[in-house]
Amino acid sequence: MNIVVCIKRVAASNSTIKVAADGASLDDSGVEFEINPYDEFAVEQALQTKEAVGAGEVTVVSLGCSDSVKELRDCLARGADKAVLLKHDGQADAYANSEMLASWLKDQNADLILMGKQSIDDDNGQVPQRVATLLDISCVTDVKKVEIQDGTVTAERDIEGGREIVSCKLPAILSTQKGLNEPRYANLKGIMKAKKKPFEEIDASVVESALTTVSLSLPPARGDGRIVGEGPEAVDALIDALKDEAKVL
Amino acid sequence: MSNDVVVIAEARDGSLKRPSLEVVSAAIDLAAKAGGEVVAVILGSGIDAAKTELQASGAHRVVAVESEALAKYSGDGYATAAVEALKDISASSILMAHTAMGKDLAPRIAARLGVGLISDATALHFEDNKFGATKPVYAGKAYTKSVANKSPFMATVRPNNFEARSGGSADIAQVTPSLDASAIKAIVTEVIAGARDSVPLQEASVVVSGGRGLKEAEHFNLIEDLAAAFGPGVAAVGASRAVVDAGWRPHREQVGQTGKVVSPPLYIACGISGAIQHLAGMRTSKCIVAINKDPEAPIFKVADFGIVGDVFDVLPVLTEAVKAAVAS
Ligand SMILES: Cc1cc2nc3c(=O)[nH]c(=O)nc-3n(C[C@H](O)[C@H](O)[C@H](O)COP(=O)(O)OP(=O)(O)OC[C@H]3O[C@@H](n4cnc5c(N)ncnc54)[C@H](O)[C@@H]3O)c2cc1C
Ligand SMILES: Nc1ncnc2c1ncn2[C@@H]1O[C@H](COP(=O)(O)O)[C@@H](O)[C@H]1O
Repeated sequence: MNIVVCIKRVAASNSTIKVAADGASLDDSGVEFEINPYDEFAVEQALQTKEAVGAGEVTVVSLGCSDSVKELRDCLARGADKAVLLKHDGQADAYANSEMLASWLKDQNADLILMGKQSIDDDNGQVPQRVATLLDISCVTDVKKVEIQDGTVTAERDIEGGREIVSCKLPAILSTQKGLNEPRYANLKGIMKAKKKPFEEIDASVVESALTTVSLSLPPARGDGRIVGEGPEAVDALIDALKDEAKVL
Repeated sequence: MSNDVVVIAEARDGSLKRPSLEVVSAAIDLAAKAGGEVVAVILGSGIDAAKTELQASGAHRVVAVESEALAKYSGDGYATAAVEALKDISASSILMAHTAMGKDLAPRIAARLGVGLISDATALHFEDNKFGATKPVYAGKAYTKSVANKSPFMATVRPNNFEARSGGSADIAQVTPSLDASAIKAIVTEVIAGARDSVPLQEASVVVSGGRGLKEAEHFNLIEDLAAAFGPGVAAVGASRAVVDAGWRPHREQVGQTGKVVSPPLYIACGISGAIQHLAGMRTSKCIVAINKDPEAPIFKVADFGIVGDVFDVLPVLTEAVKAAVAS
């Protein structure tokens, strides 16, 4: 099975966000970057699927700046066979990201494409559905459980107040949700092996974004809260505050 | 030629989902600035109740796209039918609720139309002849305001952010899509209802969340009791990642960066420290209450009202007090 995993390099989940001088982008001084946490489930799923089938190849691809080499290498160290960096500097919205990824993916003959359900910087959750639409293949989002047999995918996803079981044929794109698996980490042997694995860098065929970011701003601080008291004796004061000030009771 | 604001509404079991009404309301405000009418499009089969609700939602027109092939949601099937129906409407903008269906469907429609999409919008704009929206990024640690360079403008709108309204008696146009059920790629074969007939976390008016401070899975009955005290259909139970990872609660209840983002009128955090990734999921709640025995816990920095105390002492008393307040 030919599996491709799309990973994105993002600001770490514990980063402090500062606005750059242009007022519209992230000031990345002091910010740590990492593989998008949801994409780790995608990588793990790819490795497990290949192991279960006992044959095939896992290619990891990232569209982004040259620094993404680090995250791609980490995926190779975890067990992926091949990495591809689609080089693109600067901002791209989900429309542009998807067009650029799809124009590379369309020639890869992938049976299964795995992505995270959402990138934790832009918080979009668009690229998997968009790429599947562009490639005219099936797509199941927010997958928490999956079985692939004889070219048929059976996937489970959460919806409001319940779960859905979705079935489709390969080729397909699945976007992965937390809970799908426990991602493995790279060990020393993996890191050594990764150095010898194929690594390709290609310039992405640039597509302009469909959106322009006008501003990036921080939310107003929620500063004026207060401790209403200690222990169960404080409950009355809390109820009063909820009734009279917050008017939520 | 008119330039209408289209809302793709959502039915579940035939009736309208509440976030759709909020989106119609947001659409009315947007149309007031940008011009045009609000057209509510609903897809499905056996959706009479939803259609009736939409007629009185304040929308100017309702378009019902009905077919047996749409009886169950399917991303590609719904996208095909929606895009076909949109051909007959000159849309300046297309809005959906940022629900499980909206999240899945809107990007597919955007890809077919070759346009941008702003996910999880908390405000919609029309300024200098450009459509745009504000949305949280970096898990709510910041917001971006963006404008659309391509038409139509598309956005999914965060639930619980706009007040639903009612009024009017819109006409219904009935459309039969050419979609053939056999052309649907990914088929929903089964829908399994949640454990209890509980309120969806992201639609609840009150979210009561518990963290590691509860000490054991069994103690979550304190959280469930407090949620129940608000009356039926009001409150949902949430959880921190620590207790989800420990297996005390299912992941669907997790609030935060890698869980759900909620912004209810009232959020009550019990025995939760307030890690940055948890705050990401709840800091836009209108009123935040924290109960924690550590006065230095970071959750108090975002809380409107805090009680420093032991959850085991405070929660039973609070539950009784809420019951009394709700009853009166
Ligand atoms: C990539 C990434 C994503 C993450 N995503 C999420 C996410 O989506 N959601 C999330 O919640 N976390 C997330 N986390 C984890 C997060 O960093 C914290 O570890 C987690 O939120 C802590 O959960 P907690 O507050 O329940 O536990 P703790 O941090 O252990 O806090 C327990 C609190 O309970 C208090 N307490 C103890 N006993 C009592 C008592 N008897 N009465 C009252 N108070 C008491 C303590 O004072 C303490 O403040 C993520 C982390 C990473 C790295
Ligand atoms: N620049 C990118 N390079 C590779 N994969 C991406 C990129 N952007 C998004 N993705 C994939 O699409 C998923 C959803 O992203 P998004 O739609 O941006 O929230 C991510 O979890 C990735 O798997």
